[in-house]
Amino acid sequence: MQRHQQLSLTVNGEPAEVSFAPYKTLLELLREDLRLTGTKHGCELGECGACAVLLDGEPKLSCLVLALECQGKEIETVEGLARGATLHPLQAAFADLGAAQCGYCTPGILMTAKALLEKEPQPTRERIKEAISGNLCRCTGYQQIFEAIEAAAKVMSDESHR
Amino acid sequence: MKVIGKPRRRVDGRAKVTGQTRFADDIVLPRMLHMKLLRSPHPHALIEGIDCSKAQGHPGVHLVLTGKDFPVTFGILPVSQDEYPLAPEHVRYVGDPVAAVIAKDEQTAAEALDLIAIRYKPLKTISDPQEALQNPEPRIHAYSELGNIHRLQAFEFGDVQEAFAKSDHVFEDLFFYEGNTHLAIEQHAAVAEVDGEGKLTLWSSTQVPHYVHRSLARVLQLPASHVRVIATPNGGGFGGKCDVCNHEMVVAKAAMLLGRPVKICLNREEVFYMHRGRHPVLMKFRTGVTKDGRLTGMHLQTLIDGGGYGSYGTASTFYTGALQTVTYELPRYKFEAARVFTNKPPCGPKRGHGTPQPRFGQEIQLDKIAEKLGMDPAELRLKSVLKANAITANWLKIGSIGLAECIRQVVERSGWKGRFRKSPFGKGLGLACGSYLCGAGLPIYFNKMPQSGVQLLVDRSGQVTAFCGATEIGQGSDDVLVAIIAEVLGIDPFDIRCVTGDTGMTPVDLGSYSSRVTVMMGNAAIQAAQKIKDQIAVAAGETLGVSPERLGFANGKVFFDNHSLTFAEAAGLAEEKFGTLGSVGSYKPPRAPGRYKGAGVGPSPAYSYTACVVEAEVDPATGWITVPKIWIAHDIGRTINPVLARGQVEGSVYMGLSEALMEEQVFRRLPPKLSGALVHKIPSLLEYKSLTSLDMPEVDTVLIEQEEGMSDPNCPFGAKEAGQGPLLPVMPAVANAIYDAVGVRIDELPITPDKVLRALERKAKGETPRVGPDHFPAVPYPEPVVVPPPWEGGDGNASKGFQKTKLKVGAS
Repeated sequence: MQRHQQLSLTVNGEPAEVSFAPYKTLLELLREDLRLTGTKHGCELGECGACAVLLDGEPKLSCLVLALECQGKEIETVEGLARGATLHPLQAAFADLGAAQCGYCTPGILMTAKALLEKEPQPTRERIKEAISGNLCRCTGYQQIFEAIEAAAKVMSDESHR
Repeated sequence: MKVIGKPRRRVDGRAKVTGQTRFADDIVLPRMLHMKLLRSPHPHALIEGIDCSKAQGHPGVHLVLTGKDFPVTFGILPVSQDEYPLAPEHVRYVGDPVAAVIAKDEQTAAEALDLIAIRYKPLKTISDPQEALQNPEPRIHAYSELGNIHRLQAFEFGDVQEAFAKSDHVFEDLFFYEGNTHLAIEQHAAVAEVDGEGKLTLWSSTQVPHYVHRSLARVLQLPASHVRVIATPNGGGFGGKCDVCNHEMVVAKAAMLLGRPVKICLNREEVFYMHRGRHPVLMKFRTGVTKDGRLTGMHLQTLIDGGGYGSYGTASTFYTGALQTVTYELPRYKFEAARVFTNKPPCGPKRGHGTPQPRFGQEIQLDKIAEKLGMDPAELRLKSVLKANAITANWLKIGSIGLAECIRQVVERSGWKGRFRKSPFGKGLGLACGSYLCGAGLPIYFNKMPQSGVQLLVDRSGQVTAFCGATEIGQGSDDVLVAIIAEVLGIDPFDIRCVTGDTGMTPVDLGSYSSRVTVMMGNAAIQAAQKIKDQIAVAAGETLGVSPERLGFANGKVFFDNHSLTFAEAAGLAEEKFGTLGSVGSYKPPRAPGRYKGAGVGPSPAYSYTACVVEAEVDPATGWITVPKIWIAHDIGRTINPVLARGQVEGSVYMGLSEALMEEQVFRRLPPKLSGALVHKIPSLLEYKSLTSLDMPEVDTVLIEQEEGMSDPNCPFGAKEAGQGPLLPVMPAVANAIYDAVGVRIDELPITPDKVLRALERKAKGETPRVGPDHFPAVPYPEPVVVPPPWEGGDGNASKGFQKTKLKVGAS
C-alpha cells in the first residue's frame, strides 16, 4: 500500500496540497500535517465536539472524517475566522463575555456557532442550546457562551444592515 | 478602584478565541518522537516476566522502557511515595502503566505495544471498601496502616456523647456519594526535551509545575537546577492535573536517553484510568440539636474508597472531616475517617477536594432537622451562622463571613417564602450552603518558605513584566495577576506581560489547587507592585516637587493636582535614580491556632461562603428530574473581574448539578469466563454522562462583597476564591428540592430517575420513602485524638481527656 496519499483541498480560503498517511483523520491532517493546531481533540470518538470544523460550510467533527474523503472540499477552522487582525464578532464576544475559560472547547464551539448564525442570523436561546449541544464545555456552565453567541448575532445583524 | 471590580476581557482572552493558546499537545519540535504507554489489563496482579524483544525490533521503534528503568518511587504527598513511573512487579488497577514505547509516530508506538509480552499472575481483586475491610490480604500496599486500610484518623473536639445526652433530638443519617471524575476536555499531554545545554525541559498540562519539578528531580536523580517544568495553559483542570503523573516521568526519561524531544498525549480512555477524581464516600452523621434548632454536637464517620494508590488521599481523608465546623455554630465535634485501598484507578482531589461529600450529607441532614422541628430550613441556618473572626471547635480561624447575606439573597430572589413546602406536587425548592478554603494553610511538603512569589521587571519604556509560578488552568490566574498589579501601579492590564508556571523562569508558586491562587499570588503581587510603586513615587516626587505619598497612580499617569508624568516617564526617572528596576513579593499564610497533630489540614487564610436554591420538577410517573432554575449567592469578598468570577460560579453550578444528577465513575466485574476482573464500566465521554447545553438551567448569580472597610484583611483587596466553593451547596440543594417536590429522600449521589421511582414506590407502599445506604460497616477506628475546643479551656493542643465543662450551645 502507498505510504502517502496526495490531496488538494481549500483550507480557510487558500488552496492546499497535502501528502499524508492514509489512515489519518481530517483532525490529524489539520493538526499534524497542516500544523493548524487551533482545532482541538478531546476524545477521538466524536463525543466531545472540540474538533468541530466547517466542511463545505457544515459543522463536522473532524475526528470522524477521514482525510481521504476531503479531496476538493472547503475546510474552515478557527484560524480562518478573523479578518486580518480584526476578530470575527463571535470571537470578540467570546473573549469579552467570558465564553472562553480554558479555551479548549472554544474553537469547536466558535465554528459550530458560525454555521448556526450563517443559517439563522437571529436564533432563539433554545436554538443556540440545540446547536451547541454536541460541544461539551466543562468550565463555563454554558450561560456566558449562550450570551456571547446572542451578542455576536446582534453585532452581525447590525453590521449587515449598515 | 480603576481595574478591580470592572468587567474586562481577560488578558489571555484573545489567544483563546483565535486558536493561538498553545496547549501541551500543540507543541511540535524538530526530530520529535512519540510515546505510548502499555497499561495493565488486570486490576490486581504480579508481573512475572516481560519480553520486549519483538517490540524493540519493530521498525520505527526507538526505545522500550519498563519498570526496571525506574527504581525510584514518587507520589504527591511525602507520606505516600507509592507509585513507580512504570510498575516493576505489582499492578494495582486496570490501567496501571507497565511499559512504554517511543517510536517515530503514535501509530507505530501503538503497534509495538501489542508486541510486548507480559506474564501476569492475577491476585484477588479488592473491589470496594467492604471487601477491603474484610480482606486484609492480599495487601495492595505494604505501607498501609492496617490490612488494606490506607489511613485511619479520629479526632474529638469536646465530649460529643455528653452533648448528645443533653440534646432534645439526636439525628442519625447515612449518606453515600459516588465517585466521579474531572473530565477536563483537554487530555493530559507532555513534551520533554533535552535543551542545548544538556538540561531537561518538560512542558506539561499540569496544575502543579513546582511539585512536578521536585518529583522529576527525585525520580530521574537529577539536580533540580537541571530540570525545568513549564506548565502549558491547561484545557481545564478541576484537580485532575494536580497529581504528578507517570507519563511525565517516563517521557522525560525517554527524552534524556534518546537525546530527542518526545511527546505523549493520553487518549480519553487513559484519562479515565489516570483519574485522581472524587472519592466515593460512605458517611454516617449523628447530630444533636435543641428543640429550637441549635446544634449541640456532631459525630461524623466516613469510609472512603481510595483506589489503587495514595495520591492526595491522606489529605482528602482529613478534608472529609475538616470543614463541617466552618458554616454554623457547632460546639462539639467528633470525626472518624478511614480510607481504604481498592483495585481501581486512584482517587484524589476534584473541585472541593474531600469536602463536597460530607457537605452533601450535612446539608440534607439539616433539611431533615428543620422538617422535624417544624422550622424553615433557611431560618434554621440563619440562626446558627458563624460570627466573623470565630475560632471553630476544631481550631479553624474564620475571617470574614458573608453566609447570612448569601442565604438572604437566594431566599429573596427565589421567592422561597411563598414557594417552599407550598408548591404543587412534583415541584419543589431546596436550599443548601457551603464553604471552602482560599488556599490550604500548609504546603504539601513541610517547609517554612513562601507559598507564592511574584517578581516584577519594569523599565523606561513603561513595560511591566510579571513573573509568577502560578498556573493558568482556565480559571483566570494570569488575569488576577495583571489586574492586581495594574490596580496598584495605575496602568492598563494589557500593558503588563505575564510569564507564569515556569519553574526555570518564575518564582515558586505551589500551583493551582485548593483555590489558593487569588489570595496567595494576589498578596505577593500587591507586595511586589507596592515596592516598585514606592521607588517610582520617590523619583517622580522629586521631579514634580511633591512628597511621594501625595502622588496618585491611575490611567497610566503618575500625578499630583494638574502635574503629571506618564507611567513610562516616571519609571524612567526611577531607573535613573535607583538603577535597573525590579521587585519581588512573597506570601505565606498566617499561622493557624490549632496545635494538635492533624491540625494542618483545614486552616486557610480565609473562607468563601455560598448559598444556593435549586428548583426541581419531578415527574412521578417516570422519576425524571428537571431543574428549571438555580439561584446562587457567593461570598467572594471582592470581585476582581466580574466576568470571570461569574464564570467560576456558574461553572461550579454546572459541575455540581452534573454530579448531582448523573456523573459517576463506576466499575463492573467481567464474567468469570473473561477473568472476572474488575473493570471500568464506562471509560468514554459518551458513556460517562455529563450535562450538555440542553440540560443546563437558567442560573441567577449574585456575588456578595464585604462592605468597604470590612474586607477580609488576609485577602488581596478583600478578594476570596470563587472556583470551588460554589459547587458545594448544589448537590444537597438538588436533593432537598426533590424532597420538597415529591416527598422522597435520595441520600446518595447521583440522584437518578430510577432511584426517585424506587423511593416513590416505597412511599406508596407506606415504607420509608428513601433511597440511600442502610448499613455502615464496623470500621476499626483508633482512639480519637482529644482536643478541647476554644470555649472549653483548650489551647489548640491535644489533651489526655476532657475536663467537665458546661456545654456551650448557640451564639455567645
